Amino acid sequence: MRREHHTIVALVEDRPGVLNRIASKWRQRGFNIESLAVGHSETPGLSRMTFVVDAATHDVEQVVKQVDKLVDVVHIEDITDHDMVSRELAMIKVRSTAATRSEILQIVDIFRASIVDVTPDTLIVEVTGEEAKLDSLLQLLGEFGILELCRTGRIAMPRGSTRVSPDEEPHLLLPHLAGGRAPGGIY
Amino acid sequence: MRLTGAQIVFESMLREGVRHVFGYPGGANLPLYDTFVQYPQIQHILVRHEQAAAHAADAYARVTGEVGVCFATSGPGATNLVTGIANAWMDSVPLVCITGSVVTALIGRDGFQEADITGITLPVTKHNALVQKAEDIARTLKEAFYIARTGRPGPVLVDIPRDTQQQLAEFEYPERVSLRGYKLPEHIDYGQVKKAAQLIGESQRPLILSGHGVILSQAFAEVRTLAETCDIPVITTLLGISGFPGTHPLALGMPGMHGMYWNNQAISNADLLLGIGMRFDDRVTGRLKDFAPHAKIIHVDIDPAEIGKNVRPTAALLGDVKAVLQVLNKEVHPKQHPAWRAWLREQREQHPSIALPETDKLLPQYVIHKIYEATRGDAYVVTGVGQHQMWAAQFYWYDRPNSFITSGGLGTMGFEVPAALGAQVARPHDVVWSVCGDGGFQMTSQELATIVEYELPVKFAIINNGYLGMVRQWQQLFYKNNRMAVKMFSPDFVKLAEAYGMVGMRVTDKLQVESAIERAMAHPGPVLIEFVVDEDENCYPMVPPGASLQETIDQPQPSREEATTRR
Ligand SMILES: Cc1ncc(C[n+]2csc(CCOP(=O)(O)OP(=O)(O)O)c2C)c(N)n1
Ligand SMILES: [Mg+2]
Repeated sequence: MRREHHTIVALVEDRPGVLNRIASKWRQRGFNIESLAVGHSETPGLSRMTFVVDAATHDVEQVVKQVDKLVDVVHIEDITDHDMVSRELAMIKVRSTAATRSEILQIVDIFRASIVDVTPDTLIVEVTGEEAKLDSLLQLLGEFGILELCRTGRIAMPRGSTRVSPDEEPHLLLPHLAGGRAPGGIY
Repeated sequence: MRLTGAQIVFESMLREGVRHVFGYPGGANLPLYDTFVQYPQIQHILVRHEQAAAHAADAYARVTGEVGVCFATSGPGATNLVTGIANAWMDSVPLVCITGSVVTALIGRDGFQEADITGITLPVTKHNALVQKAEDIARTLKEAFYIARTGRPGPVLVDIPRDTQQQLAEFEYPERVSLRGYKLPEHIDYGQVKKAAQLIGESQRPLILSGHGVILSQAFAEVRTLAETCDIPVITTLLGISGFPGTHPLALGMPGMHGMYWNNQAISNADLLLGIGMRFDDRVTGRLKDFAPHAKIIHVDIDPAEIGKNVRPTAALLGDVKAVLQVLNKEVHPKQHPAWRAWLREQREQHPSIALPETDKLLPQYVIHKIYEATRGDAYVVTGVGQHQMWAAQFYWYDRPNSFITSGGLGTMGFEVPAALGAQVARPHDVVWSVCGDGGFQMTSQELATIVEYELPVKFAIINNGYLGMVRQWQQLFYKNNRMAVKMFSPDFVKLAEAYGMVGMRVTDKLQVESAIERAMAHPGPVLIEFVVDEDENCYPMVPPGASLQETIDQPQPSREEATTRR
């Protein structure tokens, strides 16, 4: 089955062990979590987690349902097919010399990134954007020598009035049920 | 009211209706045991190994429909529970396991007998919690019992440090739980009910696959009404056995790996399957891609994660089986399927599958059949895992609702002894037969002591084939008869029974079977009968692993005799 990147957002109780419970469900199925970002949500007591996993859609659907059963998980949704805004932040420590500094600054400018720390032989570049943008900036800066890199992982939000929220109408149990199905029974 | 943490545990249990606790004491749960004497309403049953506490509580829960409760101390006590918890998890059985934990100051510091039991049991519990303040115990237990018994039931573990058990706190038992992340199906999708009723109306060759959910939701009458109204034959999965009367004219028995040949053909020819409270497990479906090639599927289940997991239903009815069927039964119209029923009868005649072979040898199937006759299909039958389990599923017709207690999902050998203990505690005046393997029995035979101590009149039938029979069968069939580590030496079971202070008998001849069973039933206390059965008997029909149901082997090829000489 075809694998693809899925962006999954979960609203969970802000309690010890919750991340462990959720991660355990992915681990059991042998999924690698590509990135994970956790922080507060608009609701007090609820944390918002954004997972990116690389897997077949049916498998993801299964794990999402299993995670949804966890008592501490208030809401979970695969928002991959939503029209969404997604962002990631990275800090990149690049080797720089008097000779290369201006070239680096030019690149940083083009990417609308910024310099947040300067020393005689290093620069820290801060950049925000979609992963593709971060990847190409990294590739360009790679020539100068990257000393340290950290990325936050993707955070994502559907555009417009759509919300990731337990108050929104429950997602269809199975999308295909709307259209009925030919005999055969199986995937 | 200010109480100690331990008293709060008992007050909470009383409010949850707990009357029995299966447990084992140790350093970390001593305050709980110290408090036990203040609560004579709750009986403690001291098992001989914590695994048995969990299995006994599991069978107790299955038989009563209430939450089973077990106690264990920290570290080794808690880890000994794990197999039993996993067993309950796989079979959706409601348990609350209360473990003592090392004192809060030592948690995470490798204190003596510390084990991260909430971490260890994370993947095999419906929920678990470490309570670090006495004031949180009541709420946590309220939630634990609620989570264990509602929705798709399952085990919940609550870990309480020893000092928390001694701490004082104000006790007030919450009236309700507030768990915003715990979702239960709230309403039945009427559109799907209509659709299901329509599919049933259109179908010519329908089948019901009745699973454990029917028993858990006590939907016996509802399934029967549906089957009788619409003339739909009923297949019962291993855990669904005794959810529908075994001798009912519409009862077809078990499907799948060791299911009836006719059932596997029927599934392959059906045009509609109603999976009710079951999960299309691989032991039922055989090779999934060839499962039920002509059938549309209606799936009734309370767990949204089961819907669409293995098969894509045409109609999905999410909810409690009983509630869903009550609505569905109002929508369906009476109909008959004479041609389908005739076809099924014909299959059954051509492939009897479970005809008792004519032989003077003492066959295990014959033993089960005789227990059936002696109990008129009205006993609780508990089994281990292996060939004897399959024969107990095939050769006994369960008419009493919810009377077949077996380890299905996890397939836990050793379940037979402690589960019989738990079932008999739950039903002291009913007949409980434990059909044991010689292998499985030896995994938990220490519980005979518990059974004798508490005067539980369990009747044990050890099907002694001198082998880990089911594994040997696979070695014979799929590993060129390379019998490695399957011949099983056993102690003198009769002497063992006597050593524990119970009646032991040995039966080696077919002619003695009936009278031994009768004597066991007549005796008021526990009895162990060792049936020294034919070693070479194998379990059929069989779907080879990875094969489709269409490839079910009805009878062995080569024959039993040839298999013996090839040894
Ligand atoms: C705890 C455990 N260990 C191993 C197995 C694998 N296993 C399945 S059936 C079986 C043989 C069971 O032997 P016995 O109890 O004598 O029953 P029989 O098949 O001979 O009737 C084994 C070893 C298991 N199911 N459970
Ligand atoms: Mg055996």
